[in-house]
Amino acid sequence: MTLKTSIKRNAYYDSVTLMLLSRELQKLEGVEDVLVGMGTDLNLSLAKDLGLASSEFDTLTPNDLFIAAKMDESQITMKEIEDAFSDYLNKSSESEGDEEYQPPSLRSAIQALPGANLVLISVPGQYAAVEVEDALDAGLHVMLFSDNVSVEDELRLKQKAVEKGLLMMGPDCGTAIINGKPLCFANAVRRGKIGVVGASGTGTQEVTVQVHKLGEGLSQVIGTGGRDLKEQIGGLMMIQGFESLIADPETELIVLISKPPAPSVAEKIYQIAKTCPKPVVIDFIGGDKAAIEAVGAIPCISLEDAAQKAVRALRGQAYTDFTGFSLPEDEVDRIVENAVGLLKSDQTELRALFTGGTLADEAMKLLGNRHSIYSNIPLTPEMAIENLPDGRGHICLDLGEDQFTRGRPHPMIDPQTRTEFFRSHVDGRTGVILVDVVLGFGSYQDPAGAVAASVREIRQRLSAQGKDVIVIASVCGTDLDSQDLNRSIATLEAENILVMPSNAQAVRLTDRVLQGMKKGA
Amino acid sequence: MSVNDLFKQELKVINLGLKSFQNDLKSQEVTVVQVNWKPKAGGKKNMLDLLSKLNKVRK
Repeated sequence: MTLKTSIKRNAYYDSVTLMLLSRELQKLEGVEDVLVGMGTDLNLSLAKDLGLASSEFDTLTPNDLFIAAKMDESQITMKEIEDAFSDYLNKSSESEGDEEYQPPSLRSAIQALPGANLVLISVPGQYAAVEVEDALDAGLHVMLFSDNVSVEDELRLKQKAVEKGLLMMGPDCGTAIINGKPLCFANAVRRGKIGVVGASGTGTQEVTVQVHKLGEGLSQVIGTGGRDLKEQIGGLMMIQGFESLIADPETELIVLISKPPAPSVAEKIYQIAKTCPKPVVIDFIGGDKAAIEAVGAIPCISLEDAAQKAVRALRGQAYTDFTGFSLPEDEVDRIVENAVGLLKSDQTELRALFTGGTLADEAMKLLGNRHSIYSNIPLTPEMAIENLPDGRGHICLDLGEDQFTRGRPHPMIDPQTRTEFFRSHVDGRTGVILVDVVLGFGSYQDPAGAVAASVREIRQRLSAQGKDVIVIASVCGTDLDSQDLNRSIATLEAENILVMPSNAQAVRLTDRVLQGMKKGA
Repeated sequence: MSVNDLFKQELKVINLGLKSFQNDLKSQEVTVVQVNWKPKAGGKKNMLDLLSKLNKVRK
């Protein structure tokens, strides 16, 4: 094997394009390992870790593109890899109709698009703050998808946005729907009377999807980024979003979604809710129910419950906590009994493999203290995945966390990471696999197909041991999403995957099966 | 333009970064301009810090 490097100076491509290209080049005959990236510190350290760095790397700047490959030169040359790279790029440019003029900077873009009102920023985090500042100074609203932006920058930029009456959604804001147009990772939902401000990406997606399924629609969906309700930021964008929905004549009911805020921030939000002339539904996932009720707002026990209560309150109908299933109880009992009957006595472990962080967090909170669940986003420090005894026990992973996405796309964009976890983390001791399947803009073209393929592979492997495994899924998507909810469900059900209508119900079914297994043991 | 004014307007987006976001917006018939973005100052941290300081002085 030979290590070769090719460098293109001053040629910038975005990280997702290059990560997906690396995957394609990896498939070429004679290529053992390949990495394509910009010469950023992160990519250089990744190349070193993969044993793909050479002395030429010392000359790279973040504006230079590199292809580093370990290859068998009797089968392929670097020239052929470069040609394949150009072919893939050209193909994707053709399919995207790239002939339009692309101004070289934000300032020139503002001139090129008179009346521009929102800037969507997903450049690497270390370069993002300066672009956000320019956008806000030009009086434009901002959605900042990039992460790795400092808290100091976030605070400064949000203060500026509030001063100017602008939105600064983010950093690390993955979901918004403004004027009926989904931005970044959002689902296609009908327009309507429910407005949402969300600090949790897939949490917001789940609520909007459930609202759509229940026949209502969304007026505006404003993202804040996950840190907004922490003490340092003070909920600046949650409050800005909340107040603009109160003033919005199209919004008749407001839903707020976040992990539990800092107490001082929660208090500010409660004070606004107290005098809000519109009904307010609050899901501070696992948050303080009594405090929410005390200000006349509606507390929730799950994301699905938030959507149900929002819809019922909007329609003037009574509501109670939704703790059960859409299916009749006796049918759920039958499903659980059948599932438990398929398992051998040593198949006791849960493998929850999530692409959506909020959905993983909700799963652990709903499973509560009935099961000891280890995670990379644990509810308590002692349940960190590193503390898993001998690798055995229940596991719930957020595969979109940084430790799993180094040098590769988020698992909602590219299912490869989860495919690998199916192979490495599911074995003869696994009883239940729980997954989310997130559809919508930004997401992979067929996430259900990818899960189905993994399940087929796992079942083939387990059948050699005379075993099966229970797989439970929920699909966060709608009939209007390009991946299509019904088609996705059919794909999963064709592989004998139990598909539930929400993450909360998928988790509850998982809970019932795990409890059934304990009883059977 | 306030947030509530934005709600009354047709969305017009400038996209800096991932091209897939531009494509998704186009598919929804949103007017979008893609910036041919590159890191400022050749992406060199010391130059970026200097630029940022200059910006702050300018403002």
